[in-house]
Amino acid sequence: MQQIINFFIRNKNGVLFLLLLLIGFVLTVQSHSYHRSKFSNSARWLFGGIYETNSNIKQYFHLKTDNRRLVEENMRLRQLLFNGTDTTGNDVFIDTSSFKQKYVFRGANVIKNSYSAANNVLTIDKGSDDGIAPDMGVITSEGIVGVVNRVSANYATVISVLNTTIRINAKHRPSGEIGSLTWNTKDHRLTQLIDVPKLANIKENDTIITGGESTIFPEGIPIGSIKTFSLQAAQNYYDIDVALFNAMTHIGHVYVIENQDAPQIKWLQDKADE
Amino acid sequence: MNNDVFKNIIRFVALVLAQVVIFNNINFSGYINPYVYILFVIGYPFASNRTLFLFISFLLGLTIDMFTDAGGINAIACLVIAYIRPVVLRFSFGVSYEYHNIKIIETGWAERFTYVSIMTVTHHLILFSLETFNASLILSTLMKTLFSSIFTIILCLSFIVLFSRKRT
Repeated sequence: MQQIINFFIRNKNGVLFLLLLLIGFVLTVQSHSYHRSKFSNSARWLFGGIYETNSNIKQYFHLKTDNRRLVEENMRLRQLLFNGTDTTGNDVFIDTSSFKQKYVFRGANVIKNSYSAANNVLTIDKGSDDGIAPDMGVITSEGIVGVVNRVSANYATVISVLNTTIRINAKHRPSGEIGSLTWNTKDHRLTQLIDVPKLANIKENDTIITGGESTIFPEGIPIGSIKTFSLQAAQNYYDIDVALFNAMTHIGHVYVIENQDAPQIKWLQDKADE
Repeated sequence: MNNDVFKNIIRFVALVLAQVVIFNNINFSGYINPYVYILFVIGYPFASNRTLFLFISFLLGLTIDMFTDAGGINAIACLVIAYIRPVVLRFSFGVSYEYHNIKIIETGWAERFTYVSIMTVTHHLILFSLETFNASLILSTLMKTLFSSIFTIILCLSFIVLFSRKRT
């Protein structure tokens, strides 16, 4: 017993090193699996506060581009409103005004952006007090941004589309074929669409939109356009590089989408699994 | 003694804030960021309690991780360079460093460059390997390590010169 204690005292640095290394690895592995990142902390008050101060200062430098975006979006929405039918071919907000409101939109500001890491996580300045909850979709007027992951009272973290753990249900607009959107960490302007079957007739510059199969995003939100694609010799699926419509380097205002039917759909699907 | 503790606390907070608010947002050519906060580990007094040093280094990395939602990758990278620091010091400055209680500013240029480079490249290699967590992307990991290391080494060496006073 004495010897064991002596051994630990003599090698206390080595033991401490191994112990801390183990803790570090546990935290790292946890962060690599979507939804189990318990230590995703920038949603908390201290980190959120610092990022918010920082973003309040930086916002002034982007006022001009933000205004231009808002005008462009207003223009498109007005066109939709006064022409009755869809003129831009961009049926973003399908049928939200006529019957029961299925989707609720909330505005928020990105106070911490990130696009250079392999698993990018953003922070927005709205939290559970403003009705934000995990698994809500986040978009800008130009395209999708990500999915809400963790929520505190006043802040929330968003898993960006530039994250290796995310998979978003997407659709090739001309053919209607469904695929999954992933990211290979190489370029923050390009994401990868996989699992699109060989049958789909794919051309460059075709638009990719969100598919209606998930409860996170409504159908038809623009994602990007096809930049390059290849058909792997042994496979029946395309590998497609999608150029995002959204400039992920500068995201200011975002909309958080709540699907009010999501609990019902999830409940049903859980029942079906049993 | 008290003065030293106080100085290290200020340095810790200042480097974390500078890293999070400024250096993480540089994104030169899309993805190249300097990780200047490791200056804390590099410049920590050479003759000091090793156990405490390991612990503080881990805490430093963990703080950066919490800010950037990165799990524990910075913590591991910091811990490893803190652990191997005596070896690197002996390699760069020779065996005599232990007896002379020198400060980093009082060392020669070539020796200081070797020391900072080894620490930076080790840190970045661990950081980016853990970040991508994918052996098939090894080439892009190495590129990232190389470019970010160059950036970090230049900034670290400049900061050492800028922010330390020579003993007269």
